[in-house]
Amino acid sequence: MLDISTMTLLAAETSGSSMLLLTVFVLAIFVGFEIITKIPPTLHTPLMSGSNAISGITLIGALLSAGADIHWFANLLGFLAVVMATVNVVGGFMVTNRMLEMFRRKE
Amino acid sequence: MSSVWIDLAYLVAVILFVLGLKGLTHPRTAVRGNLMGAAAMLLAVVVTLFDQQIVGFWLIILGVIVGSGIGAVLATRIAMTAMPQLVALFNGFGGGASVLVAGAALAAGDSVTAKDVIIATAASGFIGAVTFSGSLVAFAKLQELDFIEGISIPYQQWVNAGAAAVCLFLGLLLVLHPEYDTLYWLMAILALGLGVSLVISIGGADMPVVIALLNSYSGLAASATGFVLSNNVLIVAGSLVGASGLILTRIMCDAMNRSLANVLFGTLAPSGGGGESADEVYANVKSTSADEVAMLLDVAQRVVIVPGYGMAVAQAQHTVSDLADALIDRQVRVEFGIHPVAGRMPGHMNVLLAEADVPYDLLREMDDINPTMGQVDVAIVLGANDVVNPLARTDPNSPIAGMPIIDVDKARTVIVIKRSLSPGFAGIPNPLFAAENTLMLFGDGRAAVSDILKAVKEG
Repeated sequence: MLDISTMTLLAAETSGSSMLLLTVFVLAIFVGFEIITKIPPTLHTPLMSGSNAISGITLIGALLSAGADIHWFANLLGFLAVVMATVNVVGGFMVTNRMLEMFRRKE
Repeated sequence: MSSVWIDLAYLVAVILFVLGLKGLTHPRTAVRGNLMGAAAMLLAVVVTLFDQQIVGFWLIILGVIVGSGIGAVLATRIAMTAMPQLVALFNGFGGGASVLVAGAALAAGDSVTAKDVIIATAASGFIGAVTFSGSLVAFAKLQELDFIEGISIPYQQWVNAGAAAVCLFLGLLLVLHPEYDTLYWLMAILALGLGVSLVISIGGADMPVVIALLNSYSGLAASATGFVLSNNVLIVAGSLVGASGLILTRIMCDAMNRSLANVLFGTLAPSGGGGESADEVYANVKSTSADEVAMLLDVAQRVVIVPGYGMAVAQAQHTVSDLADALIDRQVRVEFGIHPVAGRMPGHMNVLLAEADVPYDLLREMDDINPTMGQVDVAIVLGANDVVNPLARTDPNSPIAGMPIIDVDKARTVIVIKRSLSPGFAGIPNPLFAAENTLMLFGDGRAAVSDILKAVKEG
């Protein structure tokens, strides 16, 4: 399937910025590991729901697809993505806040 | 707004995400950390609206209103005991959004030409679809929806491997022929099936691992979408979440002494011929009454309560908190011993006890409490089973051999509150229930604790 010529083709057609993006990706993973090691187990659930809300960042992409002047089908997909990502983002941050307030009350 | 300003604002958002996530790792800073995350998201959304690509706002406004409404209602109405399934559901939506955004980028056509972008599109669709369907199955299982029970897929490992291989093949075809977007949707549909098949056979007690892993996937899907759109804020935010989910996954696997592969693909080996049958193990079980427990508590100086999923099922957290308060009023030292995988998601017990106003400094980690278990007068096990089974220490052939447990059996007296002698998730008898120093209090968790509380107050 994937012989040498296809591989070179792949490499050749790779846009210049993608190495930079890959670098950012790998470095960000390291940052993630560094800041999240040693989370107290008490906060595992809020950390999970809070980081889950952050993964709703796809919303940015959804907004671009829903609002751009492109094929109507792409707009429709964008709209559905906006709904899903907003549920994820709004629901995620709100429920995390609700949980964390419970942890704080006793201070 | 020019794209430089948008990129600078994205950079600020990324910094806020990192600081916010860091804040979430300490109880004191957690509320602020979460708000920083939310602020970062708001900033990223608002500046995106200034992007020149965006010409129509109606779909966006409608989508945001509908999504916020659903999200807000779910987040405010849900019971704390239902938190695992809610997180699973939100997680699935994040994954689903990634599939749709990558699909939209493909359908929009012209911007997507470079091979690396198509690879990212395929990855985004694949990971996103597995996250979406896997999370929905996890939701259904946690919500205990009937239709999901007992479904099993024949030759499951082969089905999974086959589906993954075909997805890879379709993804490769798409990279070579990006003009056929049907390939993308075929791959996404097949990946949905793969997500279902991967999660459907995973049992309740392994759910903490699965939820943590799906959480990680939803981050990676967002990152992949970031590669499609060449957008740093998606890449960074997604990879932070991916890393956090992986760390939680590893913590959960360690707490069960099992590898990730074993949780995902293996089944717990049935106990070998050497294991004793339930009847032999339970020959000398002693049962007790609430009054007797109250008398024991009356003379106790140190009490440790070990909750498990049964506490969540019985909604007993408030009653337990009241009992702890009553004992503390009587100068008893009360602590909670929390096993990392107790419950259905990482930190599940902690959230329930926080809801019931138990101060978090009374919640002790397993490694913290085990060395002092010998000085505990009364250990109360509430709806936990495998995580206190001493066979994990003593029987090398047991399916849970080597799993770290809370050593309640070392306490002077152990009270086990449980409906019956039925086995836990591992399906093996628990010799703790028949131990010399154990008394069983049979009944519903909340009713039993409430009876003890009444007896303590009268005594």
